[in-house]
Amino acid sequence: MNLPPITESRCAPARKTPAHRLRFAILAKKLRTGCRALLTAFAFLPWSASAAPFIPADDAVILERLPTPVDPRTRELRQLRAALSRNPGDLPRAVQLVRRYLEIGRAEADPRYYGYAQAALRPWWDLPQPPPAVLVLRAALRQAQHDFDGALKDLSHVLALQPSNAQAWLSQAIILEVRGDYAGALRSCIPLLTLSTALTATACVSSAASLSGQAEKSYNLLHQTLAKSSQATPQERLWALTLLAEIAARMGRHQSAEQHFQQALALGLRDAYLLGAYADFLLDQNRPAEVKMLLQDDTRVDGLLLRLALAEQRLDSSLLKEHVETLRMRFAANRLRGDTLHLRNEARFTLHLLNRSAEALQLARQNWAVQREPWDARLLLEAALRAGDHAAAQPVLDWMHRAHLQDTQLERLAMQFKGPRP
Amino acid sequence: MKRMILCAGLLLICLPAFAHKASDSYLHLKVQDNSIQGQWDIALRDLNYAIGLDSNDDGRITWGELRSHQRAVAAYALSRLQVDADGASCSIRPTAHLVDQHSDGAYAVVRFTATCPLAPRVLQLRYSLFFDLDPLHRGLLRLEDRDSTRTMVFSPEHGVQQAELAIGARWRTFLNFGHEGVRHIWTGYDHLLFLVSLLLPAVLRREPHDWLSAASLRPVFWEVAKIVTAFTLAHSITLSLAALGIVSLPARWVESAIAASVALAALNNLFPVLHTRLWSVAFAFGLVHGLGFASVLLDLGLPAGARLLALVGFNLGVEAGQLAIVGIFLPIAFALRGSWFYRRVALQLGSLLIVGIALLWLAERSLDLPPLFSTLYSGIKDQTGLTAQAPY
Repeated sequence: MNLPPITESRCAPARKTPAHRLRFAILAKKLRTGCRALLTAFAFLPWSASAAPFIPADDAVILERLPTPVDPRTRELRQLRAALSRNPGDLPRAVQLVRRYLEIGRAEADPRYYGYAQAALRPWWDLPQPPPAVLVLRAALRQAQHDFDGALKDLSHVLALQPSNAQAWLSQAIILEVRGDYAGALRSCIPLLTLSTALTATACVSSAASLSGQAEKSYNLLHQTLAKSSQATPQERLWALTLLAEIAARMGRHQSAEQHFQQALALGLRDAYLLGAYADFLLDQNRPAEVKMLLQDDTRVDGLLLRLALAEQRLDSSLLKEHVETLRMRFAANRLRGDTLHLRNEARFTLHLLNRSAEALQLARQNWAVQREPWDARLLLEAALRAGDHAAAQPVLDWMHRAHLQDTQLERLAMQFKGPRP
Repeated sequence: MKRMILCAGLLLICLPAFAHKASDSYLHLKVQDNSIQGQWDIALRDLNYAIGLDSNDDGRITWGELRSHQRAVAAYALSRLQVDADGASCSIRPTAHLVDQHSDGAYAVVRFTATCPLAPRVLQLRYSLFFDLDPLHRGLLRLEDRDSTRTMVFSPEHGVQQAELAIGARWRTFLNFGHEGVRHIWTGYDHLLFLVSLLLPAVLRREPHDWLSAASLRPVFWEVAKIVTAFTLAHSITLSLAALGIVSLPARWVESAIAASVALAALNNLFPVLHTRLWSVAFAFGLVHGLGFASVLLDLGLPAGARLLALVGFNLGVEAGQLAIVGIFLPIAFALRGSWFYRRVALQLGSLLIVGIALLWLAERSLDLPPLFSTLYSGIKDQTGLTAQAPY
C-alpha cells in the first residue's frame, strides 16, 4: 500500500509537561499525541467495497471522464446555471435549466441531473401553491423518485388550474399506466385528442389500451397514425416506434417487433429505455450475442449492465463475473443510501444472476407494491415459480385477469401456475 | 406552439427506471478518546460540479488537476462538516489526500483528524455537503468507536445527527488506563529508583555501625509490604487529588521534590538516619510522587463520564507494575543479602550512584537546565529539540 505523505505533522502534546517526563515515557507519550493519529491513519482502510485509496503515480493519470462532452450544449448549460445562481428567483430561466437537466438526465439515465433540477427549483419547491410550470416539473421529478402519489397530486393541481395543459394530462396518463390503472390512464389520454397532435394522443391511448385487452386494435391504430404523421418530431417518433415494438412483442409478433426496434434505433437518438427494451426482446428471442454487441459499451447504466450480464450468462462469457460483482456493489451502494428505485432490476439480478429465488421474490413483491407494469408482473411470477410459492403469484394473476392483459410471456408464465400443483 | 410544448412534455414522461446511482459520499470516522480519525470519499463528478476541477476543460479530470485543487477540496468539504463532542466543537484538520475508485467512478479521498476538547459521550454531526446543489446527495457515515460500528445516512432532511458513544466498554477503558499505569511506572525511573532505595536495606538489619542480613524472610516481607503499601497509598491519594483537579502544584516544584526524595532516600542508606520506620518515609515522599504521576495521567486525558474508572485503572496499573518490580527485586535481594557484594556494592555503591543521579536531576529540574545526562534516554527528538544519541 502506498503510504501517503503527511502534509502536516504535530507531535507535541497538548499540555506543557516537564521535558524529562516526556523522555521517560516517550513511547507512550508519542503514541498518545498527534503522532499516533497519523500512525493509525496510515493503517486506515476505506470501508466501501473498493480497493484501498492510493496516490496515482503520475499527474497525467486520468481519474474521471465527465459524462457530458465539452460542447456548446454544456456551455449553454453553464451559462444558464450561472445566470440562475445570480438570480435564483428567475422562473423562466429556472424552468429552462430544469428542462435541460431532465433531457440530459433521461438521455444518460443519470439521476444526478434530477438532483440538480430539484436544486434549481428550490425557491418554489416548498411553496404551498407553486406555479403550474414548477408543478409539472416537480411531478416529473417525483415520478423519477417513484413518489407516484406525490406526482399525481401535483398534476391534479396543475389540471385544476390549467385544464388545457396537455403536458400534465400526458404525464398523468403515463403515471397511471405505470400504476396499472389503465382505465384512469385512458381517461387522461382523451383530452390530448384536442390538445395535442394525433400521434401523441394515439400513442397515449394505444399504450394503455394495449394492456387492457385491445392490443390488436391499438397496434393497428398507432401504426396507421405514425405512417400519416410526417411532421412528427424525432422524440415523438421514437416513443411511437418503441411502443409499437413493445406491443408487437407482447402479442408475439416477433418480426414486427424487430422491425420497429430497428426503426427506432435508426433514429439515432440515444435512449437508455429503448436499448433496454430491445435487449429484453433479444434475450427473450434467445439472441444474447446481439445483446452483447448492442450494450457492451454502456456499462455506466445499471439496467443496461444487467441486461449485458444476462446475455453474458447465456454466452458463458469471461466478463460475467466482473459484471455481476459490479452490479452487486452498485445495488449494495443504492441500498446503503436508502434508495428503493431499482427494485425491479435488483429482483431480476437476484433471481437470474445470483439464483436466490426467495430473496428475489421478496424484492419483486416490494416492487409490485409500487408499480405494475408487465415487467413487474413478470418478475413476480418468475420469482414465485422458482421459489415454489404459488400463493405469492395470486395477486398478479388476479390483476392480469381483471385487466385482460395480453402478453404472451406473462400468459406462458401464468399457465405454469394453473397447471397441476406439485 | 402546441408541438413545442409536447416535445418538451415527452421528455418528462417515461423517465427510465434504469439509472446510475445518484450522488453519495462515504465518510468514515473512528473515535479514539478525544481524537477522531476521518476519511471522506467524495465523487470527483460532484466536486467538479461544485467547485470545478477540470482546469483545462477537456472533459477529463487528471490527478494533476485534482492535486492542484486539493486545498480547495479540503476547505470546501470540511467547511460543510461539523463535529461536536458533548456540545463542544472539535477542530478538523486535513492530513492526507488520495484517490479511490468506487463502483460508479473516481473519488477524492480526504483524510483528516478532528481533535475534541474532551472525549465525547455524545457526538453531534452536522453534514451539509452538496445539499444546496443536489438535494438527492446522501452522506453515508460509518462511525467506529471503541467497541461498535454504526452507519448513518445524512440527507437534507437529516443533516444533523447524534451518536452516543460507548463509554460503556468500561472494562476496556479500565484496562487501557491500567496498561498506561504499568507503562508509566516501568518508565518512571525516578519513582523506581526511589523505591529501590527504600528496598535495598529492607533485606538487611541495621546494627549500630553496620548492616547485617536479616534473619528470615518474614520480617523482610512485612517490611517490604509496609513500605510498598505506604508508598502506594500516598501516591494514590495525591494522584487522585491532582488528576481530578482538586490539588494543583507547579510541575517544576513537584519534579524537583521527587528528585530530592530519591536523593534523600539513597542518602539515608549511606548515612542511616531513619532505618526503622521507612514506611513513613515512603508515605511522605509518596505524596509527592503521586503528583508526578498525575501530570502524566492528565496528559493522557481522562475520558468524560469515566474519569474515576480511568483513574482507578491507572492507579491499579501503577501498583501492579510496582509489585512486579518488587517481585523481581525481592527474591534476588534476599538471596544476595548475606554477600559482601550486596552490602558493599549494591547497597553502598548503588546508593551513592543513585544519590549522584538524583542530585543531577534535582539540578536539571529545579534550575530548568537542558539534560546533562542524556545517554540514559533513547534517541528520539523531544520537545526541546535535542536529539540524544541512543547507546545502541
